[in-house]
Amino acid sequence: MDILLEIIMIPAVLALIKIVVIILLFALPLGTLLTLMERKWSAMIQDRVGPNRANIGSFTGHGLLHLAADGLKSIFKEDCIPRGANKFLYLLAPFFGMISAVAIFSIIPIAGPIGDFTFQVADVEPGLLFIFAITSLSVYGAVLAGYSSNSKFALLGGTRASAQMISYEVFMGLALMGVFMVYGTTRVSGIVDGQNEYWFGNLIPMWGVFTQPLGFILFFTALVAETKRPPFDAPEGESELVAGYFLEYSGMRWSAFMLAEYIAIVGVSVLMTTLFFGGYHVPWLHLWESAPQWLVTILQIIKFSIVTIFFCWFQIQLRWTVPKFRFDQTMSLGWKKLLPLSLLNLFVTAFVILAFA
Amino acid sequence: MDLKVKQVTRIDGAKEALFLPAIFTGLRLTINHFWRNLFGAKDVVTVSYPEEKRHISTRWRGRHRLTRRENGFLSCVACYMCETVCPSKCIHIEAGEHPDLSVEKYPVVFDIDELRCVFCGLCVEACPKDAIRMDSGVISLAYTSRQTFNYTRDLLRDSYDPKAHSNPKYEDIDLPSPTNRAAALPNSKGVPAS
Repeated sequence: MDILLEIIMIPAVLALIKIVVIILLFALPLGTLLTLMERKWSAMIQDRVGPNRANIGSFTGHGLLHLAADGLKSIFKEDCIPRGANKFLYLLAPFFGMISAVAIFSIIPIAGPIGDFTFQVADVEPGLLFIFAITSLSVYGAVLAGYSSNSKFALLGGTRASAQMISYEVFMGLALMGVFMVYGTTRVSGIVDGQNEYWFGNLIPMWGVFTQPLGFILFFTALVAETKRPPFDAPEGESELVAGYFLEYSGMRWSAFMLAEYIAIVGVSVLMTTLFFGGYHVPWLHLWESAPQWLVTILQIIKFSIVTIFFCWFQIQLRWTVPKFRFDQTMSLGWKKLLPLSLLNLFVTAFVILAFA
Repeated sequence: MDLKVKQVTRIDGAKEALFLPAIFTGLRLTINHFWRNLFGAKDVVTVSYPEEKRHISTRWRGRHRLTRRENGFLSCVACYMCETVCPSKCIHIEAGEHPDLSVEKYPVVFDIDELRCVFCGLCVEACPKDAIRMDSGVISLAYTSRQTFNYTRDLLRDSYDPKAHSNPKYEDIDLPSPTNRAAALPNSKGVPAS
């Protein structure tokens, strides 16, 4: 027993366990559920019933069995590789999409630390810069898939993905610069702890959404573009490019792209929660000083999950509300409107900090 | 021909350029629908077909049925009116002599090929004896072999299963009760008991 405990306390082993727990118990289940929830929720928005046919006997679970049915179907489908495709890159591309989607979770704390133990895989000093680096990698998945498929639609989709990435990546970084300035760090735990402060006594928590309202909208827009979902779905372009960059994929590789997209939604929600909605901090909980530690941790996990699920829902709601941006509209929105706005946000933030702090 | 040009006024201005007011207007609509349907699916008009079926009108032209007299015999007198009027030539009748002289004829063979039938209802209109109707309530005929679509006389004849009559208007009005039928049939050589 002692040996087991000692093995667990080795930092590398501990990190591995955290990775497994956070990804297998948080990111993957949420992402998988979202593949069904997107269809269910969109059905509700459009006054339809949604998927409810998959069944075992008379049990349908309101469509829950579609998850199992979809998984089984993709596993048993043929994994086609088109003639003339660059086989190595073609097989590699889904991993890029998947890895960059999953890597976001590595630096997100889902609850406050208990002593030395943190609910976070790694609290690295660069923090969010690491996230920028990783999320930028996701475009490689799209570009490689489009380039290697030997298909014109897929190639166009990949090209669009890279061009779109250029137009949102710039103001994405600039929009977050205000958050760095307000909380004075790029370390994620520092930003989360900074949001535990309060204005006017104990009235308003200093959440990012209150200190950086414009930055919040800008960063959220950039992240929605990052996931390549409507309204910024030019790379997929269902109406003109069929499915865009992953057009030629089938079977489990196609599922990997789809799953990566939904895990990216969870990743975006997690980021929004952490950076703009106080992370795991439950507002006004510090007023209850005698709260037991285990209860606080559970409340923190619940609060974190609720806000995350809310943002997942909000992104899906947005996807079924907003019409698609044309490709040039995405570019002009990014370069002509949002980039100046994020610069303005930066200057105003700097001015306010200089004047009042 | 003159081409007509429709002038579309373009809405410009800061409010449109911001996108946000328009997005919130749209979100209000979609979220309204979402919440109304989240618990109980209030706006959903879908009918989950095999489990629930739509109410069909009493005038719906479904599969044919051959009505009976009060004593249980077929009403049909094999006059060939329906076979003559049928535009798709799907009715095939062969007449036989009925033991009851007041009836004279009855159909020995009365086949309808439901695959050829166009469900126009002309046979029902043409019938002088109200012997053929399309109000059986059977609206979907789906089988895997062609032969099963060939409905013979005994299949077309009214059954006494009340569930087969989804149409309350005509239900069992012209049918004898099962006991009467049993009493009537043994004397008959013409219409075999079902």
